[in-house]
Amino acid sequence: MGNTTKSEIIQSISNQNLNLSNQDVELIVNKIFAVISEQLSSGGRVEFRNFGCFDVKTRKAGMVRNPQTGEKIEVPEKLIPYFRAGKLLKERINKEK
Amino acid sequence: MIKVLTKVDVTERVYKETGMPRTIISDILSDLFEEVCVNLKQDKNVKITSFGTFKTRYKNERLGRNPKTGEEAIIEARRVVSFSANKKLKEKTARKIND
Repeated sequence: MGNTTKSEIIQSISNQNLNLSNQDVELIVNKIFAVISEQLSSGGRVEFRNFGCFDVKTRKAGMVRNPQTGEKIEVPEKLIPYFRAGKLLKERINKEK
Repeated sequence: MIKVLTKVDVTERVYKETGMPRTIISDILSDLFEEVCVNLKQDKNVKITSFGTFKTRYKNERLGRNPKTGEEAIIEARRVVSFSANKKLKEKTARKIND
């Protein structure tokens, strides 16, 4: 099990679209993630058919404990980003290779 | 603010900021998620800097229940996709609750 990074994906997309420069692909890919981030941080969601949706959930305020010192800390309510895979993605992940 | 953005909306926003042709942006968007999917299928984690990581996890078979009928059914072992947001993205979204 290895890792694939954003730059490797950009390279691969560039190789499939020879009319585009690596820089153009990089610019667009970066903007795509910037747009998703922006939308999430303003409390909205982003849906991509067949892939999945990015959304934010509210995590309620609560008390946590520092495991090292045992000290109690209050955590305020906050929004956390999450992703739910779409039907097609779920199916494809489970299909034979 | 629009509550839900779709592929078309994201394409439009990227177009406004980059001036690249919409068809190209739309194609890259499709290619991008195709790449993520292909890599996940090959058991690879996909790491997007300052955004997050896509991973797959293996889930064992377990006994579930149909919530409608109350009938017990076996949920087969399967792989699921999980996404963990990067610290930067988490911090960005966390702050906005006070607005």
